Amino acid sequence: MRVALFLTCVNDTLYPDTGRAVVKLLTRLGVDVDFPMDQTCCGQAHYNTGYRHEAEPLARHFSDVFRDYEAIVTPSGSCGAMVRELYPRLGERARAEGRGDGLARALAPVVPKTYELTEFLVDVLGVTDVGAYYPHKVTYHPTCHGLRGLGLGDRPRRLLKAVQGLELAELPGAAECCGFGGTFAVKNAAVSAAMGVDKVRDAEATGAEVLCAADNSCLMHIGGTMSRLGSGMRPVHIAEILASTEEEPAV
Amino acid sequence: MNSRERILGRVRRALADVTPDERPYEQAVPRDYLRAHGERTAGETVDLLAENLADYRAIVHRTDAEELPTLVMRLLAAHGSREVLVPPGLPEEWLAATDAVRVPDAPADTAGRLDRVDSVVTGCAVAIAETGTLVLDGSPDQGRRRVSLIPDHHICVVRVPDQVVSSVPQALERLDPARPLTWISGPSATSDIELDRVEGVHGPRTLEVILFG
Amino acid sequence: MSATFVGMPAFPEAAREAVRNPTLRGNLRHATHTIRAKRARAVGELSDWAGLREAGRRIKDHTLRHLDRYLEQLEESVTAAGGTVHWAADAEEANRIVTELVRATGESEVVKVKSMATQEIELNEALAAAGIRAYETDLAELIVQLGKDRPSHILVPAIHRNRGEIRDIFAREMREWGRPAPEDLTDTPADLAEAARLHLREKFLRAKVGISGANFMVAETGTLVVVESEGNGRMCLTLPETLISVVGIEKIVPTWRDLEVFLQTLPRSSTAERMNPYTSMWTGTTDEDGPRAFHLVLLDNGRTDTLADTVGRQALRCIRCSACLNVCPVYERAGGHAYGSVYPGPIGAILSPQLRGTGSEIDASLPYASSLCGACYEVCPVAIDIPEVLVHLRERVVEGGPAVRRGNKVLLKPAKGHAAERAAMRAARWAFAHPGALRAGQRLASRTRRLHPRTLPGPGRAWSGARDLPAVPPEPFRDWWQRTRGGKDGDR
Repeated sequence: MRVALFLTCVNDTLYPDTGRAVVKLLTRLGVDVDFPMDQTCCGQAHYNTGYRHEAEPLARHFSDVFRDYEAIVTPSGSCGAMVRELYPRLGERARAEGRGDGLARALAPVVPKTYELTEFLVDVLGVTDVGAYYPHKVTYHPTCHGLRGLGLGDRPRRLLKAVQGLELAELPGAAECCGFGGTFAVKNAAVSAAMGVDKVRDAEATGAEVLCAADNSCLMHIGGTMSRLGSGMRPVHIAEILASTEEEPAV
Repeated sequence: MNSRERILGRVRRALADVTPDERPYEQAVPRDYLRAHGERTAGETVDLLAENLADYRAIVHRTDAEELPTLVMRLLAAHGSREVLVPPGLPEEWLAATDAVRVPDAPADTAGRLDRVDSVVTGCAVAIAETGTLVLDGSPDQGRRRVSLIPDHHICVVRVPDQVVSSVPQALERLDPARPLTWISGPSATSDIELDRVEGVHGPRTLEVILFG
Repeated sequence: MSATFVGMPAFPEAAREAVRNPTLRGNLRHATHTIRAKRARAVGELSDWAGLREAGRRIKDHTLRHLDRYLEQLEESVTAAGGTVHWAADAEEANRIVTELVRATGESEVVKVKSMATQEIELNEALAAAGIRAYETDLAELIVQLGKDRPSHILVPAIHRNRGEIRDIFAREMREWGRPAPEDLTDTPADLAEAARLHLREKFLRAKVGISGANFMVAETGTLVVVESEGNGRMCLTLPETLISVVGIEKIVPTWRDLEVFLQTLPRSSTAERMNPYTSMWTGTTDEDGPRAFHLVLLDNGRTDTLADTVGRQALRCIRCSACLNVCPVYERAGGHAYGSVYPGPIGAILSPQLRGTGSEIDASLPYASSLCGACYEVCPVAIDIPEVLVHLRERVVEGGPAVRRGNKVLLKPAKGHAAERAAMRAARWAFAHPGALRAGQRLASRTRRLHPRTLPGPGRAWSGARDLPAVPPEPFRDWWQRTRGGKDGDR
């Protein structure tokens, strides 16, 4: 199976370790992973801030880059939701504006074959035990677009529970947003920061060392809050936990 | 142009995208929901009504035709009621045992007069088990809407199992929209202080329900 | 605090103040968390919730798509049942109609059932200007009225007040309006409810005019429905001689049977009860039972403008349950006043900028008052995709474009204050369309990484005022991939 890694612009630039972890994990599971070098950004930030028309060429570019792969895997719930949930809407809106079916047709091929990482593991590869080893106490924060947009359900937690050595602590109020919300984090900084502090306090109450999530943009906000609060916890992307093995443990 | 025409014109212009061949109402609304939740015998439906009434702080009693007058008498006495408001068509025998003064609801009586009456006894049109609801429709045994509102103590007699339905959809089928309807689920209550429910505001603070059959 | 919302600051400024208020934060957290868990239980009792939600959505959509027909049918049914129907294109006209109707009775006071529509048009202020005193009778509305405060929640307008604050307001203010609070008033909810009962009793018993809204209007029968808890609604709807109901045109359902859906979904979504204590249904007037005169004022006031927007019109499905407020993490921290409207929370953030337009600072800021977390959409009993409409309205703010205002087509200009953002978005789009440019930027960032601070000056403080920046890695992923061919050449 020829699988493309859609790493996302944020991960490519700021969190290359997550990308390396996805490659290591999928390779270990026998998947032939490619990273198309022309990939950039799915357009989510543009779309969600009100710049739908600026997002359209990015969506077209995404489709041009990824359309020939059998599956497109991304370690980001929100970017996955952008392609799966919102690309069809971009097409519909263009049609409603009298611009024909061109955009809808251009984007259609990538929509059904784009998967968030944990979805790809559980639904496509059919695995929950990925052979990982991670001897730490971890709590899991389900990010909003993964939880309510893609409907990831308990997939991430099933994967984490199968990790050797990992103790999973339930996060109180897990379903509540961490307060990142893309440009919301700066446009409504006070509310965003208050939500972040509450999320970190809830996470600390579990006694876990690590807060894990399937989206680095939320982790950037939560981690930045942890660091500012001098919390002993650290944020780790789920891919890095699932990639970790006894031979090559992640910290 | 008057405002009626102005508003209707705005509505029509706003709906320019709606084509005349849209599905009619009957096809536009799927009814993929239940007529009632769960299978129950008539007796179990009455039990559920009793349970849900009690859950919202109504006081539930069960009795038969022979004991009903005595029960009504005891409930009025226990409440210290000297006067009881009586809808015009309330069965005489329900009050046969009480010596409380019967106050008929005369149209000329002011709300202030009714406010001095201690209790009211009514029948009902239908009761809903799943929600613990009594519906009054102004029939002669229930009277005007104000009679079950102003006195602080309401005794409502439900004929079981005939007047009991399982669900809201079944209740609406039985009711006549042309009549003034009052749906009552427990004594008056409020959630306005810290979103926590407390009973007892403007409507009757004590609701007693007699399941009779 | 002023009783109106004119001149509100934009949401972020108002929210910043609210976040700093520990009492407010505590009150809101306590109340919203209490109701969240209860709602989940009440909804969980119904195995067919998804079917009810879908039916509710479709009933409302169908009604809105044929609203002209159903309005005419409703008018006919209400008239046939003995009511009189009035049409009000805007708040001013609705207030004028109601004021004239009250004047015609010769009365100078009215009792009111809680109604969002009359708050929206600021009817109490209009009546006061005409020398008519309006008494709010819902407990929370009473708290707001006595406290000279503003509502901050759709269902529980005084949610921002805790029991101690309510006790103080009652003890201080009730004497100004009528019967004073008992001398020994405590802050237990039961005592506070009792004080409201005593205070309002005399007003109910002497009232000649009642004013209400309605939760539903049934087109085929002309029936109006008011859903409530305390019995103040029943008092106002049945004891006065004249009843005036001011209702938004979107509150119609086609048939009697449609109530079977909403009478199941509304109570469970709003107060988390299987059924609210009292629901009143009336069809015109009834001989010797209730008001002798019934007037229905059908209110537009921006609703037809909202209807003209094919994406935004779904906001008109709202049945005002307030489940979206209770579950919203932004509402929980910012409080209702920050939204600058009688409609706060997620639904307010999409309703106010449509009813009023995006012209003011507060209305232009409301579409951004959300992290787009989607919790509101998940709980909405009529499936309003609030995040979708928020994003749509953001687009209207930054790009402008065609819209309808007061029934007229207008072309909106992009809002001021977004020029820098627009330029940044365009630049980012250009870079993302040119992978080489993106890569050059990434490399520059990596090469200068040791110089990067963990906090930012100037506008960047919006991020780094509360959060550290992530460290920039030594190389972007794509350089590693190209150097090692995805690790095949070794990881180093």
